[in-house]
Amino acid sequence: MGLHTMIEAVGLTKRYGAKTAVYNLSFQVRPGTVTGFLGPNGSGKSTTMRMILGLDEPTSGHVTIGGHPFRKLTNAPRQVGALLDAKAVHGGRSARSHLLSLAQLSGIPAQRVDEVLGVVGLQDVAKRRSKGFSLGMGQRLGIAAALLGDPQVLLFDEPINGLDPEGIHWVRNLMKTLAAEGRTVFVSSHLMSEMAVTADHLIVIGRGQLLADMSVKDFISANSADFARVRTPQTEPQQREKLSSVLTEAGGHVMTEQDGAMRVTGLALPRISDLAHEADVRLWELSPHQASLEEAYMRMTQGAVDYRSTADQLAGFQQPPQQPGGYAEPAAPQQGWYAPPPPQPGGGGCGGCGGPACGPPPWGPFQPESCATFTPLRSRP
Amino acid sequence: MAATQVLKSEWTKIKSVQSTVWTLGLAAIVTIGLGVLISILSKNEFAKMDAEDKLAFDPTFVSFAGTSLGQLAMIVFGVLVVSNEYSTGMIRMSLAAVPQRATFLFSKITVAAALALAVGMITSFAAFFLGQAMLGDLRADIGDPGVLRAVIGGGLYMTLIALFSMGVASMLRSQVLALGVLMPFFFLLAPILGNVSATKKVGQYLPDQAGSKIMQVVPPLDDSAPYGPWGGLLIMCAWVLAALVGGFVLLKKRDA
Repeated sequence: MGLHTMIEAVGLTKRYGAKTAVYNLSFQVRPGTVTGFLGPNGSGKSTTMRMILGLDEPTSGHVTIGGHPFRKLTNAPRQVGALLDAKAVHGGRSARSHLLSLAQLSGIPAQRVDEVLGVVGLQDVAKRRSKGFSLGMGQRLGIAAALLGDPQVLLFDEPINGLDPEGIHWVRNLMKTLAAEGRTVFVSSHLMSEMAVTADHLIVIGRGQLLADMSVKDFISANSADFARVRTPQTEPQQREKLSSVLTEAGGHVMTEQDGAMRVTGLALPRISDLAHEADVRLWELSPHQASLEEAYMRMTQGAVDYRSTADQLAGFQQPPQQPGGYAEPAAPQQGWYAPPPPQPGGGGCGGCGGPACGPPPWGPFQPESCATFTPLRSRP
Repeated sequence: MAATQVLKSEWTKIKSVQSTVWTLGLAAIVTIGLGVLISILSKNEFAKMDAEDKLAFDPTFVSFAGTSLGQLAMIVFGVLVVSNEYSTGMIRMSLAAVPQRATFLFSKITVAAALALAVGMITSFAAFFLGQAMLGDLRADIGDPGVLRAVIGGGLYMTLIALFSMGVASMLRSQVLALGVLMPFFFLLAPILGNVSATKKVGQYLPDQAGSKIMQVVPPLDDSAPYGPWGGLLIMCAWVLAALVGGFVLLKKRDA
């Protein structure tokens, strides 16, 4: 494990005409870990990947692999493998011919082609034209191409798109295995939930700019811990300060929300209630909340989403307004973007953890993690 | 990056798609078939020609009459070889594997040109011998002055057409765009400019008009070209070179 396989971007900027795809991006991707590259659609992930591979020239800044720009690497495919686009295959060409043509480029023996076909489970369809491949098979073929040169540095752009659950599980384990072998693994995704279980480190971008660069552990502890929302009478700010210092003294962590409520972590709800009572502070609200990683991620990228849906107004489709005298129609629920999850069973807090593991949020709120699926991450060294 | 590796890879690519067989096969069949057909027709019509036309009758060139149509398949071959990389997105994998873009492009073009040359030569010789067989006593002999040059020239012409198309496709990247430019150019524009007397002065310098001179043994009556067969081929080579250089410069400069 050494710095000779580290990816390093410094002040990376890419403009296409007036549009800035990537702006002043600096980060390092280290060997031995899976680094997730996270961002909404159109946030510049693929552009960054292409710049790492020397396909696109940065407008300013630079990116190197082991200290060298990609185009200066000797026999690049033996050092860096990449999956950029699963559909980037001539449909009339068989999977084997496709891989063979890539292998020959870097002097990789034909035998290796059959090996990687086996690794990705495509050996039975190796001779078939890739035109008939499903998206999932295409992804496997793309991964096979990335593995061909047995490279120390691997880039995967959205590798789980179109894969079935078994395939996703396989990719996840493959990434971890590759990283455990000391390789540098850089995986892009727009799914926080997937990265939370696959990656060790996260680089989050939005609108081409760096939003976060931290370990998944830190990201989780910073963003997904359960909290209590505590509200004191707005008319008496001194009460809030009093309670805040009491709670902090008792080992809690207090953050002030925009509307003046307090977000308290590290103390159970009954304890907060007791402490408030002892301090003679009245409470207007004491409620349990659960923030999911997905939510934290969405909040983080909220200002940086290019393509945002609007509520479907269905103008022209609506029935004429009902005659006066009837009950007023209830207003359609406001589709607030990333509205906080309602604190009831099955609330939005589960989105980040991928399904069945999420039950109703447990009472006795301060479980350190919101979802069972995160457990494997904690056991990682 | 050894160029031999890239050549090997490009050979694998070109032989593993069916469009190669289709386009090159069609180029050969159309060129030979049409040449044979026109040779038969010319033999039957010869008696009715006037003395001047009989004097200018060029049995070698007649057997290459299919080239004007067969070259269109050659154009498609040249365009597909290059633009397939772009339409499929394979170009990114190729360039990630071969960061030296000159090595990549010219290896691809070398392999495709070699294949086009082989097919072009076989086609040219087959069109000549089959055409002459149909012409009976009007036939030319391969040993006659200028005939072997014309037959080899026919193979070179086909290759240069393919090369020109590859250069244009490298510049334009899109199949539709490249074919949309090349097809009307070779099928309509060049023949019209080259045959209308008012525009002939310009038209005769177009690649196909200049290049096809190499296939003539007996100059046509109204021949006013200021260049000979090899001079014409050289003009065509200049066009090809310009297209390839243009394609390379753009590939080098552009983001993939």
